[in-house]
Amino acid sequence: MKRLILVLCLMAAPLWAVQPDEMLDDPALEARARDISSGLRCLVCRNESIDDSHAELARDLRLLVRERLVAGDSNEETVDFIVERYGEYVLLKPRAGGANILLWLAGPLMLGAGLILGGIYLRRRSTTPETDVAQLSEAEEDRLREILKE
Amino acid sequence: MITELGHFALILAFLVACFQATIPLIGAYKRWPGWMAVAEPAATIQLLLTGVAFGALMWAFVTSDFSLRLVVLNSHTAKPMLYKITGVWGNHEGSMLLWVLIVALFGASVAWFGSNLPPSLKARVLSVQAMIGVAFFAFILLTSNPFLRMAVPPFDGNDLNPLLQDPGLAFHPPFLYLGYVGLSMTFSFAVAALIEGRVDAAWGRWVRPYTLAAWVFLTIGIGLGSWWAYYELGWGGFWFWDPVENASFMPWLIAAALLHSAIVVEKRESLKSWTILLAIIAFGFSMVGAFITRSGVLTSVHAFATDPERGVFLLAILAVFMAGALTLFAARANVMQAKGVFSLVSRESMLLLNNILLAVAAFVVFVGTIWPLVAEMAFDRKLSVGEPFFNMAFTPFMVLLGLVLPVGAMMSWKRATLGRVLRQLRGVFALAVAIAALAWTMQSGKSALGPVGLFFAAWLIGGSAVDIWSRTGRGAVGERLRRMTRLPRADWGKSVAHAGLGVTMAGIAAMMAWQVEDIRVLKVGEDLEIAGFGLRLDKVERLNGPNYIATKATFTLSEEGREIATMYPEKRNYPVAQMPTTEAALNNGFLRDIYVVIGDPQQGGGWAVRSYYKPLANWIWGGALLMAFGGLLSLTDRRYRVAAGARRAPATGVPAE
Repeated sequence: MKRLILVLCLMAAPLWAVQPDEMLDDPALEARARDISSGLRCLVCRNESIDDSHAELARDLRLLVRERLVAGDSNEETVDFIVERYGEYVLLKPRAGGANILLWLAGPLMLGAGLILGGIYLRRRSTTPETDVAQLSEAEEDRLREILKE
Repeated sequence: MITELGHFALILAFLVACFQATIPLIGAYKRWPGWMAVAEPAATIQLLLTGVAFGALMWAFVTSDFSLRLVVLNSHTAKPMLYKITGVWGNHEGSMLLWVLIVALFGASVAWFGSNLPPSLKARVLSVQAMIGVAFFAFILLTSNPFLRMAVPPFDGNDLNPLLQDPGLAFHPPFLYLGYVGLSMTFSFAVAALIEGRVDAAWGRWVRPYTLAAWVFLTIGIGLGSWWAYYELGWGGFWFWDPVENASFMPWLIAAALLHSAIVVEKRESLKSWTILLAIIAFGFSMVGAFITRSGVLTSVHAFATDPERGVFLLAILAVFMAGALTLFAARANVMQAKGVFSLVSRESMLLLNNILLAVAAFVVFVGTIWPLVAEMAFDRKLSVGEPFFNMAFTPFMVLLGLVLPVGAMMSWKRATLGRVLRQLRGVFALAVAIAALAWTMQSGKSALGPVGLFFAAWLIGGSAVDIWSRTGRGAVGERLRRMTRLPRADWGKSVAHAGLGVTMAGIAAMMAWQVEDIRVLKVGEDLEIAGFGLRLDKVERLNGPNYIATKATFTLSEEGREIATMYPEKRNYPVAQMPTTEAALNNGFLRDIYVVIGDPQQGGGWAVRSYYKPLANWIWGGALLMAFGGLLSLTDRRYRVAAGARRAPATGVPAE
């Protein structure tokens, strides 16, 4: 019985991310394949690249990437090939075209705005005369001396 | 019976929170001392009742009471005791109960330790904190009741997700929640100050310990989570820019900004309205985090409750609190006049720069996280925003921050001379550049990231050392060393935390630039070579754990022909949960980790083996620990204890009106 459970469990074990048998013999080509696949999303997983994913579909996509590379495609052509079939959802780094320009510019724009606002604030702070600093009351002075003595 | 008691206690706690949310607020408005004072016992009772409810749930888990739906879904009799206990918060309902327990705990801590607070401010703080409590008690009772019974209790449970059955992850949620919910305290202080119409140096001093504590907890929580991912997920990744990771990272960034701007409020009475705004936003991000994790609008590896009804409820809580607080802010912002005057080159202006960089960095993470949602709703485009985007968009802010940090940290308040600070840091800068150049020449054809990381490590650690040294004044070395031991802990905390940031930066950069990976098929008795280390597969065996079956491999690790360690990576299968996990074997070193994972048996014989050389891996978490330790040092600074001692001063009772 225990044997049976064991066998069943081993059968249920999922495939692995990047198996030895799928790797290409040419190290340069393999490195390019890894580079591409770490930027492609596994469609059935939650926020994982196909390079990290254990899913069957991710394996198919990894093999597809390698197939295209072996066939002589450039990195861009390979990515285009996959985007054409699966949509831009597979890209973990969204392209800057169309509305996505907002996404890419959000950081720089916000930094610019922050620096300008901060600059205005600083200028005002450094030019306004010092407002009266609140004077301590007598009781507070006593308390201060007491604390300093501690 | 105990379950029903717990349920009843939870309802009572809700009612007490309702009472605490209203009565003291009216009391503070009408200046009725009695009505204000009830906030304190109410906070204590609320904590006790929530504690009883939490204890009852824990009891059900520990005794494996399978008449409780939640226990059936998340526990099993064969599960080790540690994970029966931590299983209480390894699910949506239980974790929400932990959340409200911490809300009540923070509230009670103000009631117990806040005796130097003005009574009206204290009453208002406790009242706002109770409002947060009310919202989340209602959320639990209406949508996620942990005390639901089963009509027909099953014989055994479904077991906890095996990935969560790990010490690193068992303690990751409580720390995160302490951090998230700690920010509710700064939120309460901010809203109370707005109602009160007074923000001064004293307010900054009361808020800072809570911000610091929340930030320290968040640092530890995030560090634990990332460490867990590193050794558990099987390829040594430590950060994935997953929506839920981002949800914890955004409050961390804002809390870091807040604890710096609160210094300016405390010491110089400037940046007040900005600090209040940050305090509101920080808790906002905490709730956004809760929403993202539990609503399922953004798919993530962490989401454990994908229920639209709960999502809507949480969104409503978020909307009400943010809209309320921001409206109040808009109405009251004019009462917060800045007092301090400072020049363009000063500590104040550098802290402002720190705040801009941290806040914009958090904003970038936020935009990246919600962009898939925005793009789908507004532009009808289904797209993903993942690691490559965040690495590109976020890193520049950290680079800028790292560059200016040592300079800013050494500026004097009010008016500083840039030349003097730069002169003091000249040596450290030269050293950092030299180290980076050395690394650059020693590596061939790899990315510039590694040397840049080392530059920042040397620059930040060296800068912190110079900062501490410069505070000892002038004189003989021995005299200065003696003075160094007597510096305020806040100074030490600052230097340690800043150095920690440098250590973490070096670790991340080295991992990304110099990691070596090897994937191959290995037969028993064969060996492989990775980055100068030898790994021999000695044997592979099957064995049974308490609630899993494992395939365990034995490797011998050798360096220059000398055997230095034996490593046992495992592949486990949890039959009840029907889930496999990988248990990587690690050989930790100061400068590198060796990381081995055993995979599936191959058709032609042999096993799939992945091995990694991970340079400076432990620096990532070591740096996080240093940052947390720096925060703790600062938290135990004398001035907070002196402030606490003010209790002993003659009580003046309620201020005469």
